[in-house]
Amino acid sequence: MISHFLKLEWKQFFRSAAFGKSIGIKILMGFFGLYLIAMFLFMGIGVFYGLKKFFPEQDPLVLVNAFLLYAIIGDLIFRYLMQQLPVMHIQPFLTLPIHKNNIVHYVLLKSSFSFFNVMGLFFYIPFSLFLIKEGYAVPGVLGWCALMILLIQSVNFLNFLINKNKTAFGVLFVLLIGFFVTQQYQLFDLPGTFGKGFDFVYRDPIYSLLGLVLLLVLYQLNFKQLRSLVYLDEAVSQKVKEANTADLSWTEKFGDLAPFIKNEIRLIWRNKRTKTVFLMSFLFLFYGLIFYTMDAYKDSLPMLMFASLFVTGGFTLNYGQFIPAWDSAHYKMLMSQSFRYRKFLESKWFLMVAMTTLLYILSFPYLYFGTDIFLMITAGAIFNIGFNSLFLLYAGSYNRKRIDLTKGGLGNTQGTSATQFLIIIPLMLFPMLLFWFFDKFIGYNSGFVVVAAIGILSLLLKNYAMNFIEKKYIKDKYAMINAFGKES
Amino acid sequence: MITIDSISKTYGKAVVLNVETITIPKGQSFGLVGNNGAGKTTLFNILLDLIRPTTGKITNNNVEVNTSEDWKNFTGSFIDESFLIGYLTLEEYFEFIGDLRGMNKADVATFIAKFDVFFNDEIIGKKKYLRDLSKGNQKKAGIAAALMGNPQVVVLDEPFANLDPTTQIRLKKILKELTDSKDITLLVSSHDLSHVTEVCDRIVVLDKGIVVKDIETSAATLKELESYFSA
Repeated sequence: MISHFLKLEWKQFFRSAAFGKSIGIKILMGFFGLYLIAMFLFMGIGVFYGLKKFFPEQDPLVLVNAFLLYAIIGDLIFRYLMQQLPVMHIQPFLTLPIHKNNIVHYVLLKSSFSFFNVMGLFFYIPFSLFLIKEGYAVPGVLGWCALMILLIQSVNFLNFLINKNKTAFGVLFVLLIGFFVTQQYQLFDLPGTFGKGFDFVYRDPIYSLLGLVLLLVLYQLNFKQLRSLVYLDEAVSQKVKEANTADLSWTEKFGDLAPFIKNEIRLIWRNKRTKTVFLMSFLFLFYGLIFYTMDAYKDSLPMLMFASLFVTGGFTLNYGQFIPAWDSAHYKMLMSQSFRYRKFLESKWFLMVAMTTLLYILSFPYLYFGTDIFLMITAGAIFNIGFNSLFLLYAGSYNRKRIDLTKGGLGNTQGTSATQFLIIIPLMLFPMLLFWFFDKFIGYNSGFVVVAAIGILSLLLKNYAMNFIEKKYIKDKYAMINAFGKES
Repeated sequence: MITIDSISKTYGKAVVLNVETITIPKGQSFGLVGNNGAGKTTLFNILLDLIRPTTGKITNNNVEVNTSEDWKNFTGSFIDESFLIGYLTLEEYFEFIGDLRGMNKADVATFIAKFDVFFNDEIIGKKKYLRDLSKGNQKKAGIAAALMGNPQVVVLDEPFANLDPTTQIRLKKILKELTDSKDITLLVSSHDLSHVTEVCDRIVVLDKGIVVKDIETSAATLKELESYFSA
């Protein structure tokens, strides 16, 4: 049975439409994965001697143990945001003569081998090897290492429980707050206590079996929860929501653009992923807080410029980079309708500009950090409005990946291709570089002026640029229709 | 009038469509039949300039479809669900298409009212997004939208598939009325031989991309088609 599933899995991976095409992104993602693995491996190898060097009188294992609780909590939060249980694709199996228990076991077991679970091993295993090499008791280290692996797996299954279950999430949230409070006011040294527990397991490795018990309990809970939901109208299906029909007649004043603007607004508001992008753009407003308050960046003006671009550019960047893939599902229909392509593009441009303006207005409180910072944000906003909006429209004509709007928001990379990585260069690095150059060699605010000037210049050339962009879209029409028609 | 002139489409070495000449006079209701892979949808997609032909050209009322977009003003079409915008309600979708086809709000309302019976109270005012409708109801919405704005040419790919019996009969009536006045050219493809023979004046059979029959519909047509396809 499992071998059947594995064969299907193999085929699904190699036969997905995305596989052959986007070798670029595969390589980039591969590099990113390798980078993470290398980081963990490096830490796993280096941490023992590193700790020995900096804290010669303390036992590295005890030090590591004292931090494990943070690692586990961090892991859980990371997974909560990024990792989803893959249930949708079991639909075809439901009517086949396969026991539902097997399907559920399969889905759960498969999740055990996800990248999230493998990553940590690259830290724990080398670290354990070095412990053994340094004369730590072999059974103790093996027990400790086994416990770590069991804990990683437990976190894996805990995450799915939380993801599916609001109560579990609530409980965890309260616990986290409690943990934070105890840390803040130093009421109780929770990580230390946990660390002592891990020390204890090293001395008495038989207790690592507790991890196994935990894992089995969590697995069983997951199994029960999922088993009861393997129906078309439960976990396997998407929920049908009642339509919310807001009155958008105020858009009428935009004339020919109105139907498209209305459509854009509905697109954003009624689909999970676009909604996430929209709401995230307000979070980007706070991006500056991180950079402007950190001493490390105080004197690094280009880095501050970078942050300033993000403050007002959250929407333009995140939404703009996937134009026109947002419309990929009905792209064919649009192309058989009678309208000037320009209108379609203009409505997207309008939306980006409107949102950047709104975000700019909301960024006024940054005046608190002084006029220099505020000037930077202003220059960034002008650059976003003038240059970035147009540039993203142009870059969009290279998008060849379908986006399925019904799929989830956070961590969904559907539609991502090498285009998304390449466009970051002119969007972000170019203004940073300009700013740095003029600020360093000419000074007297010339950095702000130049970045803003590029924005204004682009805005003045908008008509010309739009003509050019429109032509490019019309030229690439067939390739886009073809690509957007394919399942990703 | 639509002229299909030595249209062919090849993918690599596979020829999926190779049509010599078909002339469809104004007002004709033209039916396209053929088994899966016969090239029906490909031909319609080329007619709508959604894919490029390898050779040849199609003119729609003297407009060459891949050089000018003027044909869009008088051509309504529905190929598949990808013609719908999933996150809109039916009313909003009609409003959008209506806007593009130069209809005002009142026009759209009158238009929807005309289709009340066709929709059978199932989709209007239901506060449902198109993506959440059943396949059949999605089809109804798409077909109706293709008829918006008084098109001169209407292209429907398998309009009868997924429809319930009542709606199939109603659709036949609508399509017949549409071509009664001989103003509107209708192109329909179907797997259901009795439906096409009932609706169309002329039936073309495609097999592996080649025209194998071109029949003026008569009482004997259904028999002829049935014997062809059972051979």
